[in-house]
Amino acid sequence: MRRLARIRLLPVYLCGFIFFLYFPILLLPLFSFNSGATVAFPLRGFTLNWYAQLLQNATMIDAAMNSLTVGLAVSLVTTTLAISASRAITRYRFPGKRPATGLIMAPLFLPEIIVAVAMLLILLQIGIQLSLGTVVLGQIIFCLPYAMSVLIAGFEGFDRSLEEASLDLGETSFGTFRRVTLPVVAPAILSSFLLCFTVSFDEFLLAFFLSGTRTTLPVYIWGQLRFASKLPEVMALGSLMMLLSITLLTIAEIARRRAEKRVTAQGGPHA
Amino acid sequence: MPDRPMIEIAGVSRNFGTFRALDDINLTIAEGQFFSLLGPSGCGKTTLLRLLAGLDVPSAGTIRIDGEDCTEIRANARPTNMVFQSYAIFPHLNVAENVGYGLKRLRLGRAEEDRRVAEALEMVRLPDFGRRKGNELSGGQRQRVALARALVMRPKVLLLDEPLSALDKKLREEMQIELRSLQQSVGITFVLVTHDQYEALALSDRIAVMFAGRVAQVAEPMEIYQHPATRQVADFLGGMNFLSARIAGETGETLTVETDRLGTAVLRKPAGFTASGNRATVGIRPERLRVLWDDETAPHMLTGRIASRAYFGETTSLAVAIEGLDAPLSIVETNDYGADELKIGAEIRLAYDPEALVLVSDPAA
Repeated sequence: MRRLARIRLLPVYLCGFIFFLYFPILLLPLFSFNSGATVAFPLRGFTLNWYAQLLQNATMIDAAMNSLTVGLAVSLVTTTLAISASRAITRYRFPGKRPATGLIMAPLFLPEIIVAVAMLLILLQIGIQLSLGTVVLGQIIFCLPYAMSVLIAGFEGFDRSLEEASLDLGETSFGTFRRVTLPVVAPAILSSFLLCFTVSFDEFLLAFFLSGTRTTLPVYIWGQLRFASKLPEVMALGSLMMLLSITLLTIAEIARRRAEKRVTAQGGPHA
Repeated sequence: MPDRPMIEIAGVSRNFGTFRALDDINLTIAEGQFFSLLGPSGCGKTTLLRLLAGLDVPSAGTIRIDGEDCTEIRANARPTNMVFQSYAIFPHLNVAENVGYGLKRLRLGRAEEDRRVAEALEMVRLPDFGRRKGNELSGGQRQRVALARALVMRPKVLLLDEPLSALDKKLREEMQIELRSLQQSVGITFVLVTHDQYEALALSDRIAVMFAGRVAQVAEPMEIYQHPATRQVADFLGGMNFLSARIAGETGETLTVETDRLGTAVLRKPAGFTASGNRATVGIRPERLRVLWDDETAPHMLTGRIASRAYFGETTSLAVAIEGLDAPLSIVETNDYGADELKIGAEIRLAYDPEALVLVSDPAA
C-alpha cells in the first residue's frame, strides 16, 4: 500500500531532536549518583558521595559564593537600569529613541567573545584591576537586553490613567511611582531580576576573561575538566546548577504571567 | 449661593504641535451645577477636562476654580477629583484600599479613614465590597468604586470622563439616574464629558456643545435641543430636517422667513446669527411632524409619499418625499395607531406647526 511506503519524517526528527539536545543533559544527574569513578556505562551503583565531596571542596564553595555575589550585583544593577530605560521607552517620545533602544538591545546579537576580548584590552589599557567588579560590569551589558524585553512588556500594558488617578488623588510623582507604578509592575521586575541572575550565573566567557584571579562557578568547572577523576564531582555540581536555573526560570515565568494577568485585569472596563 | 461661579475658563487654548485641540475657550460653570461637555470624539472635550483636572497645562489662558487661579497648579494640589474613562482602579489594591488611597496622605488617623471609606462605599451602594479585588468587579461596580474614590476626597468639583460609555444600555440608564441623584445629594459641581446627546440632555443643568476645539453653544438642555444655534449643533443633537428659506423681513431679535412648502414663520435669531444674503437655513425636528390618519385635518398640512421606513418597535421612522422639496423629510411617528399602514410608496398627509421651525446659523448656506 502507498501509505506504508511513505517515510514518516516528523517522528524521526522529533526523536533525533530530543536525543541530541536533552539526552546529554539527562546524563548529568544520572552519573552524579553513579558510584563508578569514571563517567561511562554500565552504571555501578547509587551514591551521594560526589555531592558530599562537593560540599567539602573549599575552592568550589569559594567559586559558588563568587557566582552568587556577581549574580546578585548584576541582576540588581541591570534591573534598576532597565526599569528606568524601559519606562522611558514605553512612556515618552524623545529624539534618538530608536537608536538608543537598538544600542541597549544590541549585545543580544554581538559575538560575546569579541566583546569580552575588547573589554579586557580596554580595561588593561586604562589600568583597571581585573576583579569580580569587572565581571559584573561586563555581564550587565549582556543581561540588559533580557531585562529590557521583560520590563518593556510589563510597562507597555500599564494603563497610564492609573498614575494620573494617583496624582489626581493628591499623591506626588514619587509617591505615585512607589504606591502604584512599582507594585503594579512588581511581577515583571521580579521576573527580570531572576532572569538576569540565571543568565549571569552560568555565563562563562566574560567571567573567564574579566575575573582575574577570582573564579566563578562556570570558570571553576572549566578548570576541573582537565582532571578525569574530578568529572563525577563536576556532574554533581552541574546537576545542582541545572536545578537552580530551572527553579529560578520557573519562578520568573510565573511572575511574568502574573504581571500579564494584572495588566489585562486592570485594562478592561467591561459591563 | 445661586450662580456663584465655581469654574471660570478664560481664553484657554491648547496646542499639540501644530494641532490646535482647544481654541480660545471661555466658559463659566456655576457652583453646584451638573455641567456637560458634549461633542463628537476629537472635539477637545476630554482635553478641556484634563486641563480642569491639572493633568495638562493650557498653552494660553487661565482657569480659576472657586476664585483661585489654578492654571499652573498640578493635579495633586487641586480641589478637583476625576472619574476616569477606564475607571483606573488600582489592580493591586482591594476596593477599600482603592477608595482610601487619597485619604492616606491626609493623615486623618485610621478610624476616621475607615469611617470615610465606609461612608463613601455606602453612598455608591457597595457597602460590603471593601475586601474585593479590583479585578473581581463588574463594569458597573468598578464605576461606583471610581466614583467613591473621588467623592471621598470631598472635592469642590468632580470631573467625569465618559464614565458610562463602557456600560451596556440598561446599566447605563440606571447609572444615569443614580449619578444625577448622587449629584443632587452631595451638591458638588459635576463636569461630565460625553459624546452621548441623550445622556447630556438627561443629566445636565447646562450643556456646552463643542466642535473642533471650539464651544458652539452653551445653554440648558431644552434650549439646546429646541433652539440649536448652528446647523452642526442641531444635527448632533438628534435628527433635524433642514430647509432653505428666503428672508422676508428682519427685526432686532427675529427674522421672517418664507419656506418652499412649510409656509412663512417669524423665528427667533440664535445668538451670533448673521444672515448671508437673502437665504437662511431653518430646521424642523422629525417628531414635530405628525402623520394624519383617515379624515383628520390640521391647520398646516403637507402631502407626500413614503420613500423609506424603519420600524423601531415603539416608533417608526419615515422618509417622506414631498413635491417641491429637494430632500425627503424624516419624521418619527409613535406607533400608537396603524403603523402597519405606513408602507413604502403609500401617500400620506403630514401635519406641522410653523412654530416648530427653528432658525440656525449655517456657514455653508
